[in-house]
Amino acid sequence: MSLFKRLVTALRSGSVSADEWNQIRANLITSDLGVKLVDEVIEKAKSAKPDDAKAAITQIASSWLSSKSRNISKKSDRVNTVLVVGINGTGKTTSVAKLANNLKDDGETVLLAAADTFRAAATDQLQTWATRIGIQVVTGEINSDPASVAFSAISKATESNINYLLVDTAGRLHTKKNLMDELGKVIRVIEKHSPVDEILLIIDATTGQNGINQALTFIEAVNITGLIVTKLDGSAKGGIALAIEKLTSVPIKFIGTGEALSDLAPFDPAPYIASLFE
Amino acid sequence: MFEALGQRLGSIFSGLRGKVSDSDLIEFTAQIKTALLESDVALEVAEGFSNKVLENCKSKSDEINKSTNPASRIFEIVNTELTQVLGGSARRLQFAKTPPTVILLTGLQGAGKTSLAGKLAYYLKSQGNTPLLVASDLQRPNAVTQLQVVGDSIKVPVFAPEPGNGIGDPIDVAKAGVKFAKDKLHNFVIVDTAGRTGVDQALMQQVIDIRDSIKPDETFFVVDAMIGQDAVRTAKAFLDGVGFDAVILTKLDGDARGGAALSIVELTGKPIIFAATGEKVTDFDLFYPDRMASRILGMGDVASLSEQAKRAMPEETSKKLEDKFLKGEDFTFEDFLSQLEAMKNMGSMSKLMGLLPGAAGMKKQIENFDESELVRTRAIIESMTPTERNNPKVLNGSRRARIARGSGRAISEINSLVERFSQAQKVMKQMRGGANIPGMGALAGMSNLPKPQQINLPKKKSRSGNPAKRAIEEGI
Repeated sequence: MSLFKRLVTALRSGSVSADEWNQIRANLITSDLGVKLVDEVIEKAKSAKPDDAKAAITQIASSWLSSKSRNISKKSDRVNTVLVVGINGTGKTTSVAKLANNLKDDGETVLLAAADTFRAAATDQLQTWATRIGIQVVTGEINSDPASVAFSAISKATESNINYLLVDTAGRLHTKKNLMDELGKVIRVIEKHSPVDEILLIIDATTGQNGINQALTFIEAVNITGLIVTKLDGSAKGGIALAIEKLTSVPIKFIGTGEALSDLAPFDPAPYIASLFE
Repeated sequence: MFEALGQRLGSIFSGLRGKVSDSDLIEFTAQIKTALLESDVALEVAEGFSNKVLENCKSKSDEINKSTNPASRIFEIVNTELTQVLGGSARRLQFAKTPPTVILLTGLQGAGKTSLAGKLAYYLKSQGNTPLLVASDLQRPNAVTQLQVVGDSIKVPVFAPEPGNGIGDPIDVAKAGVKFAKDKLHNFVIVDTAGRTGVDQALMQQVIDIRDSIKPDETFFVVDAMIGQDAVRTAKAFLDGVGFDAVILTKLDGDARGGAALSIVELTGKPIIFAATGEKVTDFDLFYPDRMASRILGMGDVASLSEQAKRAMPEETSKKLEDKFLKGEDFTFEDFLSQLEAMKNMGSMSKLMGLLPGAAGMKKQIENFDESELVRTRAIIESMTPTERNNPKVLNGSRRARIARGSGRAISEINSLVERFSQAQKVMKQMRGGANIPGMGALAGMSNLPKPQQINLPKKKSRSGNPAKRAIEEGI
């Protein structure tokens, strides 16, 4: 770069007003991106002295995205086992049902495992979904060992050449070590039979900064391969999911946008990032 | 849940020493603001709160600097301000003039309404009421079944004429439920409704219609303590829509900083009335703003702890123990065992420890506390003869070997228990005359935690050299 050009760049201040920067900062904080990350992205964008603040920030935010595949495992020679995990009330059971419905629509054979043997009527909830979708579900008694449900399910899936086994697990607060250990057992039991291909962590879009702790603890306990961000049909923007993806490189794979079976979509970064500014 | 915020504020306080200048105050309040934002407090509330603290400190700057302990004075100001934002005083349930008192539960999907309905019913029942649960969530698959299972487990009747799963009219069910309660003379009705977002007009209208048809005495907004910035928008949408009288916080047993609770209270003007702290039906209590403020500031929740202890330990047992202390009798393994029993009734050790002052710093150890150690300790004590339990001094080598065989534990474990027990005896002696927290003796059963003496038990003579720490100690 010539000296002159460098001078011009240095003297230019960009045409974004201080008010506009403040407004963007407020909006991003309100999206649950986290104040540290927001200040980081704004500092970085400011130093580029842009004329379009949003474009500058979008570019930086896009660079945070994981380079890992956002597609779900698709092995043709054996059953693909997908576990869905997360804390209580994030929408695990509903997401399992939606994912099963999507896969069935794509012509795959799907079996469900109701390994949430803890929450009252969680098994019934999954069974109701299974009936609506027209697929089978392996269940266990209430308060029985979830690992045993998982074991019967994987046995059944391999015997009947099912393409996808989706395992719904009980909600567990990431701070309960014994419950996190239980999850490890479920996985070990399945893996004696066949590999676990995906462990999807459900992040509720309304979650605040605690989402980071949730993700880090689950990732430490098991091999999380992707995120599903649920409840994006409400007023919450789910900025925490981007913060998690940046920090952990675990890609967001799907988003949940409503209560119907069809309300699960592959994650599309552009509209999601744009929504964080609103 | 607020521990993390407490830790943050704690580290800010420990940086304050000696005279405090205006620029110190500005720096300090800016840090408070960032800490609040990281704790999910809404932007406007975080700004408002830190400004209030700044103004307050400035107007009292003479007083602060003249005081022998400026940091402790500032700590007080923050504490007062925080308690005020959190609700000022605890709100109590309002009863209907003529029963039944009708309670309507509303909130987002997954906030924990159905579990909470069970906990609230159990709470009311244990106070001698006759609650009825009404299953008006006909949306979520098997929400009705879930409520029935919960009702069965706590022996509270559930009014569920419709199967749910999209079948039936929630307004009709609610109306019929209240009528049923009147006919059968239930004095409380708890109506569980479907989760809904603040932006879904049709569903908001539905809950408004439920409200209009049953005219609840109390409408509660149930909210997950982990919610982020959206808490404010959602709470306002519910307030403008169905309206609510108070807030119930759920999932407080997680590690969320819970700042959103602060924002909801500040921006809606509605107090938090109850808090749910775990998956068991007993994990439920009234919400105490002053205690929570102390907890935010890392001062622990001693009041909650001793209340829980009171509930768990029968009056008789605790009286007997107290008498023993006063008479100067020795604390025996028998007492230890009855305390272990009480600890079991109080809930998990890790939760209890979280309520202790200064425990915020031991979070990791607390989480990994091995509950089964209590079981092992019990096994050892139960393998002792009554003589041994009442007079541990007789425990010679051969007796210890027999106990080891009887309990299936190694002799080294017996030795270390006896060693820790004699420490506990000493603590009990020190506590004599001071505040007595029943159940504390069992702390000695934990080898990986600081000894009881090191936890801020109210002791007269020890004053910390660190002003911030001292402020915490003296603030109790």
